[in-house]
Amino acid sequence: MLTDINAIVFYVFAVLVLGGGILTITQRNAVHSAISLIVSLLGVAGLYLLQQAEFLFAVQIVLYVGGIMLLFLFVIMLVNLDLAAHQRQFNKHWLVGLAAVAAVGAQVGYFMYRGKDAFHIAEGGTGLPPGLGNTEVLADSLFSEYLLPFEIASLLLLVAIVGSVVMAKKRI
Amino acid sequence: MHPITTFHYLALSAALLLIGTVGVLTRRNVVIILMSIELILNAVNINLIAFSHALHNVNGQIFAIFVITDAVAEAAVGLGILIALFRNKETVQADEMDLLKW
Repeated sequence: MLTDINAIVFYVFAVLVLGGGILTITQRNAVHSAISLIVSLLGVAGLYLLQQAEFLFAVQIVLYVGGIMLLFLFVIMLVNLDLAAHQRQFNKHWLVGLAAVAAVGAQVGYFMYRGKDAFHIAEGGTGLPPGLGNTEVLADSLFSEYLLPFEIASLLLLVAIVGSVVMAKKRI
Repeated sequence: MHPITTFHYLALSAALLLIGTVGVLTRRNVVIILMSIELILNAVNINLIAFSHALHNVNGQIFAIFVITDAVAEAAVGLGILIALFRNKETVQADEMDLLKW
C-alpha cells in the first residue's frame, strides 16, 4: 500500500518534471518558458522530498524557485523579448542537434538497459539512518569534512556577485 | 505496481538531461538557453540525490548543494552578460551574436 502511494507520487512528480521541461524548451514566449521551468523545478523539489532530502527540498524551493527564477523573470522584463517572440525560435542546425541528442539518448538507454544487471545499480534504499534529522547530518558533514569546499564556494559567490555587477553596469 | 527503484530516478534524470540538451542545442533565445542549462543541472542533482538515498550516504546531498551554488553563480553572471549584450547589440538571439565571424 505504501509503495503504491510512493509510486503514484513519483509518477506525478515525474510528469511535472518532464512536462515542465518539454514546455520550457518549446514555448515561444520567454515568460511562459519561465513559468514551465518553475513547474519543473517544483517537481524536482517533490522528488527530493520523496527521497527524504528535506533540506535540499527547502533549498530548491527558496533558492531556485524564489531566487533564480525571480532573476530570470526580472531579466526577461529588462530585455525586450517582443521582437524575439515573433522571430524564428529554433536555429538553422536544429535537426543536427536533435539527431545528436537522439544518438546520445539511444546510447544512454542501451547502457541503462544492459547495465541494470551488469553494473549493480544500487537498489532503492530507505534514506539516512533514523534518529538524526536530515539537516543535522548535512550540517555536520558540511562544516567538518567539506569545510574547505564550503569556503571556496563562498569565494565563488563573491566572484559571481562582482562579475554580474560589472556586467550589468551602464558602460563596461 | 512496481516499487520505485534507483533505476527509475536514473531514467528520469537521463530524460531531463536530454530535454535540457535539446534546448541548448536548438533554441535561439539566450534566456531559454540559460533555462535549459538549469534543467541539465537539475537532472544531475536528481542523480546525486537518488544515489545518496540508495547508499545511505549524505555526501551526494552535499554535492547537490555545491551544484546548486554553481547554478546560482552561473545564472547571475550569465544574465549579467545577457543584459550587457542586449545593451550593445539589441538582440537576444544566439546566432546573431557573430562579431568574431566574418
